[in-house]
Amino acid sequence: MKKYLSFFRLRFIYGLQYRAAALAGIATQFTWGMLEILLFKAFYEEGSGEFPMAFSALVSYIWLQQALLALFMTWFLENEIFDTIKNGNIAYELCRPVDVYNMWFTRSMANRLSKAVLRSMPILMIAIIMPEPYRLHIPKDFVSGIWFLITLILGYLVVVAFCMLIYISTFFTISPMGVRMVAISVVEFFSGSVVPLPFLPNKIRMVMELLPFASMQNVPLRIYSGDIAGIRIYEKAALQLFWLVILVVAGKLLTKKAAKKVVIQGG
Amino acid sequence: MKLYLRYFIIHLKSIMQYKTSFLLTALGQFLVSFNVFLGVYFMLHRFYRIKGFTFSEVLLCFSILLMGYTLAECFARGFDTFSSTISNGDFDRIMVRPRNVMLQVLGSKIEFTRVGRMLQAIVMFIYGIYKSQVDWNFNKIITVIFMIIGGAVLFTGIFIIYAAFCFFTIEGLEFMNIFIDGAREFGKYPVNIYGKRVLQIATFIVPYTLVQYYPLLYLLEKDAKDWYMFLPLLAVLFIIPCYLFWKVGIKHYKSTGS
Repeated sequence: MKKYLSFFRLRFIYGLQYRAAALAGIATQFTWGMLEILLFKAFYEEGSGEFPMAFSALVSYIWLQQALLALFMTWFLENEIFDTIKNGNIAYELCRPVDVYNMWFTRSMANRLSKAVLRSMPILMIAIIMPEPYRLHIPKDFVSGIWFLITLILGYLVVVAFCMLIYISTFFTISPMGVRMVAISVVEFFSGSVVPLPFLPNKIRMVMELLPFASMQNVPLRIYSGDIAGIRIYEKAALQLFWLVILVVAGKLLTKKAAKKVVIQGG
Repeated sequence: MKLYLRYFIIHLKSIMQYKTSFLLTALGQFLVSFNVFLGVYFMLHRFYRIKGFTFSEVLLCFSILLMGYTLAECFARGFDTFSSTISNGDFDRIMVRPRNVMLQVLGSKIEFTRVGRMLQAIVMFIYGIYKSQVDWNFNKIITVIFMIIGGAVLFTGIFIIYAAFCFFTIEGLEFMNIFIDGAREFGKYPVNIYGKRVLQIATFIVPYTLVQYYPLLYLLEKDAKDWYMFLPLLAVLFIIPCYLFWKVGIKHYKSTGS
């Protein structure tokens, strides 16, 4: 455990070095969030269909989504890991006295967290002082704030566990591009990063809410904005935990299987 | 022109060596932009229209912009990946050749895999034509062609600015993504829905509306003047300041030495 912890710290500090890149990212994400809100505002003012979330809840959803993008974007994959598998350096990784799965898991966690820490604070700070209707509200009560944090961590772990499956799939296909693109576009839509899930037609939504992808950003962001409240919080958190366990177990099993029959392609 | 044709044929030949990989990547391109389509579909499924535009009209708007963008990305990809050309020293090789620099950068990369996205744009366009009640006449067809060409040139101009920044910074600048990916992403709806301020920025600073919103009004006969159809040609002029900026950049160029 200790070795993973120090590895985590190492990668985390390494990630914090990229401050100029973070500044550019903040500007981009801020504009992105603002345009997204203006877009939904136009729909809201149209008023021809029922609006499934309160507008202020939606605004909070979008700001948090932009601020915490680094935790949840599935397309943020590490090329280094793909390269290790492709060019044969995986042989060294397998020789080390650490578990490859845990190692990569720690590494992805640290990378995402360092990015998010650098970027989220400025965006959230500006979002909180924005004029009304565009303002980010703080959660209604203390309890939902706590649950937001818990589900945020769970959702973040589900994302990392899912990305691990994409990495591991490279063992079996060598050319990861196809799997990667399909997986990413499916997840982007199903997790509610294109359109928040409440905006989808009910029948489709009911199925999607059960899938692992809805356990990513969907749950914490909606708890924060008060769209999920009361007993449904526990259901959602339990579902997140369930998917996390399934994804991690699947990842570990696949890694074992892959490591047994791995063929190193030269070196 | 002849030289560019040579580049074109070489790139086509090289991509045809890896047919499966080409097809898969093109399929991926299709899927990625399919998400945006789904987003538009579900939003308008729920709300029926946005600021007076129906689903099929939004599709027309989106598909025309996407075609222009895709053409630009396909042919001006050399500018998009320009930061690596500079940082690995390839640009020095380009500079010493007795041919036009811009032509060589243009020819350094042609991204044929973008046909996946093009295909998607065309399908949406056909569906949009089929579903919306536009009376097509000669002028409107010309307008669509103007819009596509104008869009392609406009985005090429932005790619050139993006590349020209690399002369100063070596690295590509992430904030430029607002004008590239952001414009593609949010250009799916007519610009006026984002409010007056955004409409002004997108008209006078970077003229997106000249290839998107105003000619679209003409197509859909929504309170439009006839001269709106020529606005995309005005947007083509945007390439001039981009070119000048590129010239300034080249003067400033110092090799990275690697």
